[in-house]
Amino acid sequence: MIIVNLAGALLIALIAWWFWFYKSKSSTKLDDKLVVHVEDGVYQPARIKLDSGRATTIQFVRKDASPCSATLEFPELNIIEELPLNSTRVIALPALQPGEYAFHCQMQMYRGLLLVE
Amino acid sequence: MDKAIENKSPSKSGSTEQELIIEGAGCASCVSKIENALKSVDGVIDASMNFAARTVTVSGAANAESLIGAIEGVGYNARTLENTSDDEQLEEKEKADWAYYKKLMRETWIALALGLPLMAYALITGEVNVNTDNERMAWLIIGILTGGVLYVSGKHFFVGAWKSFLNHSANMDTLIALGTGTAWLYSMVVVFFPEIVPPLARHVYFEATAIIIGLIDLGLALEIKARGRTSQAIKRLIGLQAKTARVIRDDKDIDIPIENVLLDDLVRVRPGEKIPVDGTVEEGRTTIDESMLTGEPMPIEKAIGDDVVAGTLNKAGSFIFKATRIGKDTALAQIINMVKRAQNSKPPIGRLADKVSAYFVPVVMIIAVLSALAWLNFDYDSGVAFAIVSATTVLIIACPCALGLATPMSVMVGVGKAAEAGVLIRNGEALQTASKITAMILDKTGTITLGSPKVTDIVLAHSDNEEEVLKLAASLEAGSEHPLALAIVETAQERSIELVKVTNFNAVAGHGVEADLNDAHLLFGNEKLMRERNIDITGYIDKAQQFASEAKTPMYFAVNNKLAALIVVADPIKQDSVAAIQRLIKNNIRVVMLTGDNRDTAKAVAKMAGIEEVFAEVLPDQKAEKVAELQMQNEIVGMTGDGINDAPALALANVGFAIGTGTDVAIESADITLMRGSLHGLADAIAISKATLRNIKQNLFGAFIYNVSGVPIAAGLLYPFIGVLMNPVIAGAAMAFSSLTVVTNANRLRLFKPEIH
Repeated sequence: MIIVNLAGALLIALIAWWFWFYKSKSSTKLDDKLVVHVEDGVYQPARIKLDSGRATTIQFVRKDASPCSATLEFPELNIIEELPLNSTRVIALPALQPGEYAFHCQMQMYRGLLLVE
Repeated sequence: MDKAIENKSPSKSGSTEQELIIEGAGCASCVSKIENALKSVDGVIDASMNFAARTVTVSGAANAESLIGAIEGVGYNARTLENTSDDEQLEEKEKADWAYYKKLMRETWIALALGLPLMAYALITGEVNVNTDNERMAWLIIGILTGGVLYVSGKHFFVGAWKSFLNHSANMDTLIALGTGTAWLYSMVVVFFPEIVPPLARHVYFEATAIIIGLIDLGLALEIKARGRTSQAIKRLIGLQAKTARVIRDDKDIDIPIENVLLDDLVRVRPGEKIPVDGTVEEGRTTIDESMLTGEPMPIEKAIGDDVVAGTLNKAGSFIFKATRIGKDTALAQIINMVKRAQNSKPPIGRLADKVSAYFVPVVMIIAVLSALAWLNFDYDSGVAFAIVSATTVLIIACPCALGLATPMSVMVGVGKAAEAGVLIRNGEALQTASKITAMILDKTGTITLGSPKVTDIVLAHSDNEEEVLKLAASLEAGSEHPLALAIVETAQERSIELVKVTNFNAVAGHGVEADLNDAHLLFGNEKLMRERNIDITGYIDKAQQFASEAKTPMYFAVNNKLAALIVVADPIKQDSVAAIQRLIKNNIRVVMLTGDNRDTAKAVAKMAGIEEVFAEVLPDQKAEKVAELQMQNEIVGMTGDGINDAPALALANVGFAIGTGTDVAIESADITLMRGSLHGLADAIAISKATLRNIKQNLFGAFIYNVSGVPIAAGLLYPFIGVLMNPVIAGAAMAFSSLTVVTNANRLRLFKPEIH
């Protein structure tokens, strides 16, 4: 049982690390061609790097018919937009201060992050 | 220089960028074909296609039609980005939702077709164990079939879970995939390697796996249906838009789509037709039903010079109007846009649920592991089966979606319901604060009263010529924008008195006006102004007070420092103000009237309106101070005004209500706009806000309680006390219907009726 309990504890630690404490270093630089796909429960790419102090736009293409994916929210920026299915929706971002800005769907199942540097 | 480029160069100065959506481009080689076709169009400087997004950006001066034509010429379809109308967008959304619903229902039936007979077998025979070779073989076949169900009906959960996992995030798909995957894998281990599982734990859970997938697909499908009903209000507003307009061009009537109506086009409307765009009547008279936008039940008469609004219904007459606002600028388009935005905004009450949602799924996964460990430690032999059941049940029963949906679904329905009653709520925060208002300040003129005062009495003093007094007073007041001034000018016009031009016009804020006419100095205003200028008004103060006690506003008019007359104006109270104010008072709201009028008139008006508290003689720039004064008394203050000179007070109030004139929605300083003049709109707005907040609280409470009690019960908390462990199928059913319950409860708001009036 000790092994089973140790394995369980390790599994819990792995869950906490993978979902909460892991700091991904990979991110995609935002440029004019960048498209965020909304499909299969995720934003792809989900970590987007952009320069501070410059207003810009991001194109979102929703291919997931699930109603959960239909609403896109940037809570800190007070942006809430409907994403039409199989269409491009251009989201205008204001000039931002350096920092991290989350974006997600209405139920927070789709999650992404803007890394402003 | 290349000739083609040479030709395009002149257009460069006026070049713009346009974006088109390409349909039918399935391979990367299409890109150059489309780009080249576009570059060959006159006026195009450059065309660059984004294959991933299926969009192409075209710079240059070519129009969209020629670009679309060029793309169609090489075999693809194209349309301009975001050029679809609200109507088309809604239609596309409904089509997509219907297709998704059908897919989910198909997947539901496939899963239940296997799961239900298996469950019936298990219930009747109690045989879900693997002890003999024959049983192994039979369960192996069923296991493979269940695997097929997982692939056909549950693939989207597994793909979503895997992609989320790679992104270091977890969602509802993760829980379902882990729950059903664990049950299926464990059952397959029992089938293939029964010897590594304690004899008491050699059960298979194929029936649970199939039924859970089926039920969750069913829950999602029903949720889509229920969600569709939450957007009925916006659908109704969009449905008000006419599709075509009959414009007069070259002296001929032609029917054209409303998108093609131009500013200043003359549009003919016949009885029974919808007004296609906003405009001003140029010819004819009619009555128009504006109830669909303003909630005002009585049709409004329209004559030359009056404004008409898109989406309203022409009743009796035939008329011609000039288009003044088209496309996204019409009042209806702005209302639709505002309602859509408000429906998507979140009130602060939803923030806790958002925070919980962000951590929810990994916490549930940890609880599932802990519950499995607890069962294994309790009794390893029989505990293995309990561990699998409890972990699966915990994963399946947890429902982050119900939490996430609790607030937005209610806001969606509540804001839509308000719009149906002619109340435009700017955002979720205004909705929440409106439900907590404890004091309401009502501006008198135009809010409680009709806002169109009339001269009722002229008491002559040092003058014996009423016509002359009215002529001088009206000439002086012609320069003022005050509603009382307008009443005097209108009375003079009604009596066909010709006005003369005054000089040195000066408005004494909150007190009156003065000007010169030839050698005469004209002064018009209240008692305070007269005293300041040492005008003798003895003998007229009592008369003025008597008029004031009758809710009339007496004003003094002096010529060359001698009182010429006492001019009395009255602004009648709106027919339904008293009843609406009673509704507010009944809801324990402290109602205060605010006015620049003298105290006696103010008190008389307030008494007639059923209001006990009055802020009288308030100068326009002091309105905001009065709002602050009530806020200092810990009141949550609503301020209602016409939105023109009340902007600072509306902005400072916890909730600013603007009474719109007809369908004027461009009142930026207001949190809530009432599209009809009646104060019942105010009581309706507060009633709907309260009902919506109550609904949100029910949803949040339900979703929290469901998860907080469901997860421990699924983990087996009740087992030591009453010997019951939840069946994963029950957990699947509960989870599938928890989100549906939230959406259905939000839909109940559609039936909410503010007090009948």
